[in-house]
Amino acid sequence: MATVRIPPVLRPKTGGAPEVEAGGDNVGEVLRALTSEHPDTSEQLFGAEGELNRYVNVYLNDEDVRVLDGLQTAVKDGDTVVILPAMAGGAS
Amino acid sequence: MPGTETQVTIEEIQPFEASEEIGGGDVVLIDTREPHEYQEAHLEGGKLVPPGLLGDEIESAAPDKDARTILYCRSGNRSALAAAQMQRLGYSNVASMEGGIVAWQEQGLPVVAAQGMTAEQRERYSRHTLLPEVGVDGQLKLLNARVLLLGAGGLGAPTALYLAAAGIGTIGLVDDDVVDASNLQRQVIHNTERIGMPKTESARLFIEALNPDVKVVEHRLRLDASNILGILEDYDIVVDGADNFPTRYLLNDASVRLRKPVVSASILSFDGQISTFVPFEGPCYRCLYPTPPPPEMAPSCSANGVLGVMAGTMGTLQANEVIKLVLGVGDPLVGRLLLYEALGTRFTELKVRRDPDCAICGEHAPEIPESEMGQFPDYAAFCGG
Repeated sequence: MATVRIPPVLRPKTGGAPEVEAGGDNVGEVLRALTSEHPDTSEQLFGAEGELNRYVNVYLNDEDVRVLDGLQTAVKDGDTVVILPAMAGGAS
Repeated sequence: MPGTETQVTIEEIQPFEASEEIGGGDVVLIDTREPHEYQEAHLEGGKLVPPGLLGDEIESAAPDKDARTILYCRSGNRSALAAAQMQRLGYSNVASMEGGIVAWQEQGLPVVAAQGMTAEQRERYSRHTLLPEVGVDGQLKLLNARVLLLGAGGLGAPTALYLAAAGIGTIGLVDDDVVDASNLQRQVIHNTERIGMPKTESARLFIEALNPDVKVVEHRLRLDASNILGILEDYDIVVDGADNFPTRYLLNDASVRLRKPVVSASILSFDGQISTFVPFEGPCYRCLYPTPPPPEMAPSCSANGVLGVMAGTMGTLQANEVIKLVLGVGDPLVGRLLLYEALGTRFTELKVRRDPDCAICGEHAPEIPESEMGQFPDYAAFCGG
C-alpha cells in the first residue's frame, strides 16, 4: 500500500482526509484505486482520455512522475504519492 | 584596581607603549570585552576572548604562556582582572593596557571599526553583524537591497515585518486594497485603527515606526502587462504573495525576462507551499505549473479559510529566502518546493526541475511580446482574482 497525500482542494472529495492509503503497482494504479474509493476525485485528476490533467503535479516521494515513468512509475509498499495542484492564495 | 583584590601584581602599560610593542611584532593581543563591543571597534590583530569565556578560550587564543601578551578592554578594568587570571593560569609575561581602547582612540591611535554604518545602525543590527554569515558587509548589503512585495496581505505582512526589521533598505509594496476587519486575523502589519486605509499606507506606517532605515515605496495598483516591467526594473528581488493565478503567471513571465529572482509562496487553509525561482539557474513557476488549474481546482477564486498563523509561517520563510539571496549565503529553495502542513506540523520537500520545453525559460523559448506576458486564454475572464 502507498500513502496518497490529498491537497486541500481535493479533501472535500475524500471526506476531509489529508491522506489516503491506496494499493497498486504503479502510480496510475494507485491513483485509480483512489478514484474508485472516492469517485469525485476522478474528474479533477484525469482528463477525458484517462491522462493525468496537466495542472495536477504528481510526485512519487520527492520526485515528479513526469521525469520518471509517468503513470507507469513503479510504486513500492510504503511509498508516498503526493498530489499537488498549484495554489494562489496569499494576499487577500 | 589591579593587585590588591586579586592578590597578584600585574603590569600595566600606556597605550603608546602598547602601540610600540605591537608595532614591533611578536605580541599576542587579547580583547577582553563582549562580542558586540568588539564588532563596533577593535585593535588590529586583537583576538576576542570575552571575560566569561577566558578560562575556556584563552589557551587557544594564546597557546604560548611565555609569549608577550597584551590585554585591553574598554577602559582598563576588565583587562586588568583578566591579566591577573591569566597569571594564575601560568602566563608569565602579561600586561594590561591602561585606559583601554577609549584611551587608545583618544591618543589618535587606529582601530578597526565597523565602516559604513552609523552608531545607531551598529547598535540596531549588532545581532546580525555578530553572525559571521552576515557581518558588517552583509548588513550593508541588506541596507542597500531593494525588495518588491506583491501583496501587503497574508504573506506580505509578516514578510515585510521581518525584512524591515532586518534593514532591507527599500521595500516596495504592490497592493490596491484597503484594510478590512477580516484581514486582521493574519495580516499583522495592519491594525484595528487603520481599517479602511490603503494597505500600502498602513504597512508603510508600521515599517517606518519599526525601522527608519527602510524606505517604503507604495505601488497602489494591480500589476498588469503594461506596468509590470517598469515596476520590477527598480528591484533586486520580488516576493510573490499574490492572491490570483493571472498575477502569478504575469510576474513569472516578467521576472524571467528581467532575470529577477522571485520568492514565491501560497497558502490555503492549513497548507502552504514555497519555492525560490532564480531565472535560468533553476526552474521557473511555469516549469512547476505549466498550466493554471480550472476554477474548481483554484480555490483562491472563492472564499476559503486560512489559519492566520500559517500566513506568518510561510511569510517568514519567504523573508528568510530573501535575506539569504541578498547575502549570498546558505541554500535557497531553488529547484525545491517546500510544503508545510500545519495540522500535522509537517514539512515535505519536493524536487522541481527546469523544463527544457518551458514556454518561458526553456532552451528554445522565444522572448514573448509584452502583450502576451501572463496571458492564458479565458483564464483572467473567469478567475480575475
